[in-house]
Amino acid sequence: MEVGKAVKRVIDRVSAAEWQPPKGRLPVGKTYKMFVGGAFIRSESGRTFQVSAIADVSLADPATVNVPLGSRKDVRDAVLIAKNAQPAWWGRSAYNRGQILYRLAEVMEARREELTQSLVRGGADKTAQSEVDSAIERTVYYAGFCDKVAALLTTQSPTGGPHFTFSVAEPMGVVGIVAPPQPALLGLVSSVLPVIAGGNTCVAIASESDPRTSVLFCECLATSDLPAGVVNVLTGQAADLGVQLAKHRDVAGIDLWSDSNELRMQVERDGAESVKRVTTHDTMPTERWIDSAVGQGLGWVERFVETKTVWHPVGL
Amino acid sequence: MNLSVRVDQVSLEERASALATRSLKKASKVFGLRLAVSMMDLTTLEGKDTDGKVEALCYKAMLPSPRDRTVGHCAAVCVYPNLVSVAKRTLRDSGVLAASVATAFPSGQSPLDVKLHDVRRAVEFGADEIDMVIDRGAMLSGDYAKVFDEIAAVKQACGAAHLKVILETGELGSYDVVRRASDIAMSAGGDFIKTSTGKVQPAATPAVTLLMLHAIADHYRKTGKRVGMKPAGGVRTAKQALQYLVLVKETLGDAWLSPNLFRFGASALLNDVLMQLEKERTGLYPSIDDFSKD
Amino acid sequence: MGNQIVNGRDASASPSKNADRDRLEFGNAWAYAPSLESTDHIRIPARHELFIGGKWQAPKSGVYFDSTSPSTDEKLSEFAEANAEDVDLAVQAARTAYDKYWGKMRGSERAKYIFRIARAIQEKTRELAIIESMDGGKPIKESRDVDMPLSAAHYFYHAGWADKLEYAFQGRKARPLGVAAQIIPWNFPFLMAAWKIAPALACGNTVVLKPAETTPLSAMWLAKIFEEIELPPGVVNIVTGAGATGEALARHPGVNKVAFTGSTDVGKKIQALLAGTKKRLTLELGGKAANIIFADAAIDQAIEGIIGGIYFNQGHVCCAGSRLLVEESIHDLVVDKLRDRIATIRIGNPLDKNTDIGAINSRKQLDKITRLADAGERDGATRFATKCDLPAKGNWFPPTFFTGVSQSSVIAREEIFGPVLAVMTFRTPEEALEKANNTMYGLSAGVWTDKGAKSLWMSQRLNAGVIWSNTYNKFDPSAPFGGFKESGFGREGGRQGLRGYVEID
Repeated sequence: MEVGKAVKRVIDRVSAAEWQPPKGRLPVGKTYKMFVGGAFIRSESGRTFQVSAIADVSLADPATVNVPLGSRKDVRDAVLIAKNAQPAWWGRSAYNRGQILYRLAEVMEARREELTQSLVRGGADKTAQSEVDSAIERTVYYAGFCDKVAALLTTQSPTGGPHFTFSVAEPMGVVGIVAPPQPALLGLVSSVLPVIAGGNTCVAIASESDPRTSVLFCECLATSDLPAGVVNVLTGQAADLGVQLAKHRDVAGIDLWSDSNELRMQVERDGAESVKRVTTHDTMPTERWIDSAVGQGLGWVERFVETKTVWHPVGL
Repeated sequence: MNLSVRVDQVSLEERASALATRSLKKASKVFGLRLAVSMMDLTTLEGKDTDGKVEALCYKAMLPSPRDRTVGHCAAVCVYPNLVSVAKRTLRDSGVLAASVATAFPSGQSPLDVKLHDVRRAVEFGADEIDMVIDRGAMLSGDYAKVFDEIAAVKQACGAAHLKVILETGELGSYDVVRRASDIAMSAGGDFIKTSTGKVQPAATPAVTLLMLHAIADHYRKTGKRVGMKPAGGVRTAKQALQYLVLVKETLGDAWLSPNLFRFGASALLNDVLMQLEKERTGLYPSIDDFSKD
Repeated sequence: MGNQIVNGRDASASPSKNADRDRLEFGNAWAYAPSLESTDHIRIPARHELFIGGKWQAPKSGVYFDSTSPSTDEKLSEFAEANAEDVDLAVQAARTAYDKYWGKMRGSERAKYIFRIARAIQEKTRELAIIESMDGGKPIKESRDVDMPLSAAHYFYHAGWADKLEYAFQGRKARPLGVAAQIIPWNFPFLMAAWKIAPALACGNTVVLKPAETTPLSAMWLAKIFEEIELPPGVVNIVTGAGATGEALARHPGVNKVAFTGSTDVGKKIQALLAGTKKRLTLELGGKAANIIFADAAIDQAIEGIIGGIYFNQGHVCCAGSRLLVEESIHDLVVDKLRDRIATIRIGNPLDKNTDIGAINSRKQLDKITRLADAGERDGATRFATKCDLPAKGNWFPPTFFTGVSQSSVIAREEIFGPVLAVMTFRTPEEALEKANNTMYGLSAGVWTDKGAKSLWMSQRLNAGVIWSNTYNKFDPSAPFGGFKESGFGREGGRQGLRGYVEID
């Protein structure tokens, strides 16, 4: 998709003769901003791109809005913030992290209608409702996973001799995520939650085609108890920002969802410079994302954890 | 002197937090707060200190609560050596003592003879108490004898003045080392052990104070000598002050609930304590502007 | 209160050889004023019926019994005594719920119900803590800071398993068992209900719960929570009553699984009762844990571990560290410190926020503790206890420890289930191990040493289901808990805890 181009014009421009005042009151629109370090910010570049509605919905915004066009420096700042937030996030108890994600599910549930409408506006249409429901269920799922990961990924090794040897899963640090263009909500939720459930923090690049729903999700994040900087979401060109993530040495892993062979190749190649754990995927239809056998699971968490093996003597 | 007493961080901090849940109401709260006032070493240790600043602090120490004169005076005023004579002159026979930091406070990075001279001069200026700093470099590099000898020498230089030994716990790295430093300081003759200069974070915490109280208890069990304790820096609210007093009451018992054996090194604490006392006295929440800022 | 130590035999004797040591004085220079948790918002109904099939039902037995507050001897409320007929109705309700919906429900949907329970407990935690302390006698700071938060955590934790059982038993399909009969004790009434109910529901079973007859009150609040969160009827049923009710429940042919926490004596009876029935059984029974202190331990923290290990919840804890094994070279120091430490323990009104030790749960239990402590003295041990002004009404026992206890003494062998500690010594790790394992129980043990290798060496050789190293009485829903030997079988908590509630292919 070309940035700056309206996908489809929903509201035809009318002449003065035809124009009617809006029924009731004129709604107040929203300024869409990126979510970094727990705050909603504009791009340091000062640039924006335009996003237009694909379907007409009852949400307040005009059909076309300006969304920040994230830059290289925005990536740099967000990665630093994520890096600083990571030790404290991992330092919380797994139980506490689970509680926070459950709180997020509660907040999303309360905004279920708004999220659905937003997806419809972005073009999701028939799948919108089930996408939102699935996103909430998935959040509950990972809420209950935070304190199970250790039990499932930790092993004790029968190394024999006078040693007690065990291996535990630890987070990698900062993970860069390029969310798929569609489904705009579930793609972001499904890729972000397992990463933070494993104790990482992340910088995610929102769907380029429907960044508005991503920002709504960020508003859910902001009103849950999630500490600032754990999830940071930038809007802009996935191709540009994805490469910036791959070039940042403080990013330990990358999860990239894109149909562009070229982008996948470049991110994998750039990631090699600092030996990043890069996983790249083709996009999937929304139904596949909704399917819990595909869109969630321990494997999603396991992709971004390191194994640490500890040897300790046993003796007097 | 046993220098290998171990401290377990997790358990120590758990105990400190558990004691922080003691609920102090009404009479016991008022008693505790008044006690806290009497234990305060009002402190100013800045390059910009002047005679005027120190005088103001002395007046505050002598009469902390003009609205309620039943609240007694503070324990001491703690200043740099150059300002001791001002403090002494202002405090006169009020019962409030003049304390001076010395030994190249706060880093202690000067030759021993300079440090001792610093102490002697402060005593000459009239200091009743000397707050020295230990050589943290020596402590961390394992030269315990040097740490001990310096404290012993300073003690001698103090003459009749009481010696408080600042360990600067925030620089010692672990509770094990704090415990070792406490044992060295007490054996070398310190009358008080003190957590911090106030120039380094973290300063006093309930956990580090508790562990030093444990060291004091052991020293008392062994020698019969009661060493005092002074948490400094980081104690800002009345609630925190009460929590420290609970640690003292339940670790060392009644004898230490006295300014002779327990002090708070603080500057911002007093007004908060006074505010809480005023609230208990009048039943109304006072404004911070009801109290002098000195 | 509680600031002088008296020796049971001779008030002037010192516990150690260092009689001339300077003693710390814990007096009343600064006394804490009472700080009572307010109860004026608590309304306890005069009578409670049985909670069966989502409804409050009068018992077919027509009989009600009283539950009194052990700290005031006042009657709190009366409770229906379920007879065999009532138990049958409850099991039927559980069966219907299991067959019709709960057993078939998607795990992610069950999860959301259990999450709701957890949230409701968090929201009502203070109220629940208050009634728990009123009914059971435990200090409010423990019911508030331990029982209730841990209970909520258990529901949270197990909610998370409900849709992930394929990971708990990888490669194997887990199926629920059906109706679980759960019989719980009086020491942690609400928490034990959580330990039992949460995994059962997560795995797709339905439940008939029988709380202890001296502490049924908080289970009624739990039933109200089930109503409030719209848990489908019959998924959890609660029948109150004493031993006969429990027996009827365990015997009921419609029950697929029995989970029991309580004394080893009763556990053995239940196990025998179930012989030949194909009912699944898990037992969490008594203990006589050794708390082992090596000379290289962090002593002041070990003291806290000893105190918490034995005096937590008035010692009404199956895993209490009731046998203290101290390396001989530090015996006197440890005893001196213990003496100073128990002088600051505050015993009294459970609703006072500063109370450390509350009321003994029942007169019967108080009599048992008294009898065993007296027997310890007759066996030649020396008793130390805080001398405190105990309230005139209610059941009280001061924190007590015995020195000079022989390995064969009754206080070193029998579970006292009260605030009574037996102090013994050892010379080598092997000797500590031998003494620690020299018991029919095997629930838990504590090891205190600064040396990691030694801690693991001991852990590998101690015959107990839970080993605490440089800590004690730690509980977490993710950490399996349960015993070796006559302390029972099966685990509660963790991935392992789910095993007691599923059939796997």
